[in-house]
Amino acid sequence: MPHRLLRFGLSKEYNEPRMFRSPEQLKKSYDVVIIGAGGHGLATAYYLARDHGITDVAVLERAYIGSGGTGRNTAIVRANYLTPEGVAFYDESIRLFQDLSADLDLNLFYSQRGHFTLAHSDASLRTMRWRAEVNKHLGVDSELVDTAFIKEKCPHIDLSCGGHAPVMGALFHPPGAIARHDAVAWGYGRGADQRGVEIHQQTEVTGIVVKGDKVTGVQTNRGTIETSKVVCAVAGYTPPILEMVGIKTPLVIQPLQACVSEPLKPWLDTIIVSASLHLYVSQSSRGELVMGASLDPYTIHSTRSTLDFVEGLSGHLLDLFPFLGDVKILRQWAGLSDMTPDFSPIMGLTPVEGFYLDAGWGTWGFKATPVCGKTMSYTVSENKPHPLIEPFRLSRFKEFELVGEKGAASVGH
Amino acid sequence: MKIMTCPVNGPRPLQEFVYGGDVTEMPCPDQVTDEQWAAYVFERDGAPGPHKEWWYHAPSGVWFIAERDTGTDEISNTYLYNG
Repeated sequence: MPHRLLRFGLSKEYNEPRMFRSPEQLKKSYDVVIIGAGGHGLATAYYLARDHGITDVAVLERAYIGSGGTGRNTAIVRANYLTPEGVAFYDESIRLFQDLSADLDLNLFYSQRGHFTLAHSDASLRTMRWRAEVNKHLGVDSELVDTAFIKEKCPHIDLSCGGHAPVMGALFHPPGAIARHDAVAWGYGRGADQRGVEIHQQTEVTGIVVKGDKVTGVQTNRGTIETSKVVCAVAGYTPPILEMVGIKTPLVIQPLQACVSEPLKPWLDTIIVSASLHLYVSQSSRGELVMGASLDPYTIHSTRSTLDFVEGLSGHLLDLFPFLGDVKILRQWAGLSDMTPDFSPIMGLTPVEGFYLDAGWGTWGFKATPVCGKTMSYTVSENKPHPLIEPFRLSRFKEFELVGEKGAASVGH
Repeated sequence: MKIMTCPVNGPRPLQEFVYGGDVTEMPCPDQVTDEQWAAYVFERDGAPGPHKEWWYHAPSGVWFIAERDTGTDEISNTYLYNG
């Protein structure tokens, strides 16, 4: 390995094959322009090219591939949601994830771990039972388990939780998994690129040309492109794009912070989540503990990190795993979450013809990456919403048909 | 430590404050269409920039308005509601 590395490191011309091309020029026009080269945008491009034969596609990215939520989440994949609409959607995503490594010919380190959502009160046990029944009814493997079962699967846990909030049971979801999140974006990017899609990094969208309620083009810092179809897949950066086309939504941006510990020998097989403690933790294949908490408590468009977060999270982690007292936090970061009032995404057609929205990804976007690509590519190519995303349409707010997923979408609400 | 100025208690650490969302004008429920009402209930200005927001000083129970830029997190003014 060192010799190989040195050969490339010392050569003036860097010849290591790249995963995707970097086209020098934007073309004058494209059939479809996708804003945002995160997992969702690249998956949409990939399935547009693979399943719908639409290859004249440009994916525009302001920074670099996977620089937003795709590379900032805690990489958990699960389908144990609360509403039938949500469960069906995320379950399809898990199915796609399970053979995605083979599909993309790239090791995504997809690792099925089993996912525990701990209950520390009668009220949360009741919600867990509710979720388990909804899940089972819809064919998703999920059940309520007692403390003996948790201890058997995760022997290191202190079920008394330091004495102040003893664990009473848990919702156990065996298909719960973790994956290497940037590889998902790279794999989709490479697959799309091989099929003719152009990925333009460092290309910022500065305006969208709308004529008579119809999209006709996109303005960027590298010139204007003609197109009749634009997909907006920028999650936490959605509101400024929506201002360009004059669409109002309930989206509000809040940062979500996460951190990793120094690498440890493998000891934690499962994914442990506690809503009462505002904590989720899993151990990556590198041995780091990957941890996150609930959203920052107010709106701010910034990916800054705070001491408040890491202090609060460490305290709660020590409640469950007191032996980690000497372990160091290696790094922390934040991503922007575009929150909706019902904790479900906003997907599909909009009042502007040819402008498709894939937003409202709050704290649940990574796990939906493959199914978003599938359903958004269908929606763009057929110009009608895929049945799986019909309940997530933007117009549900004015029709008062919300999809209340707050009880299962994230922790600490 | 980040400091916010409560109009009653003066400068206090941010941990003592609770965010209450944007200040919005409630239209008269009897005089608006369902669509206008839905717009009032759900539509938000989510883009970064100056916002007028409700904030609550928890230890003293004071609700007040803060003018804050959600892009830079700079607070330009805080004052009591004068309705």
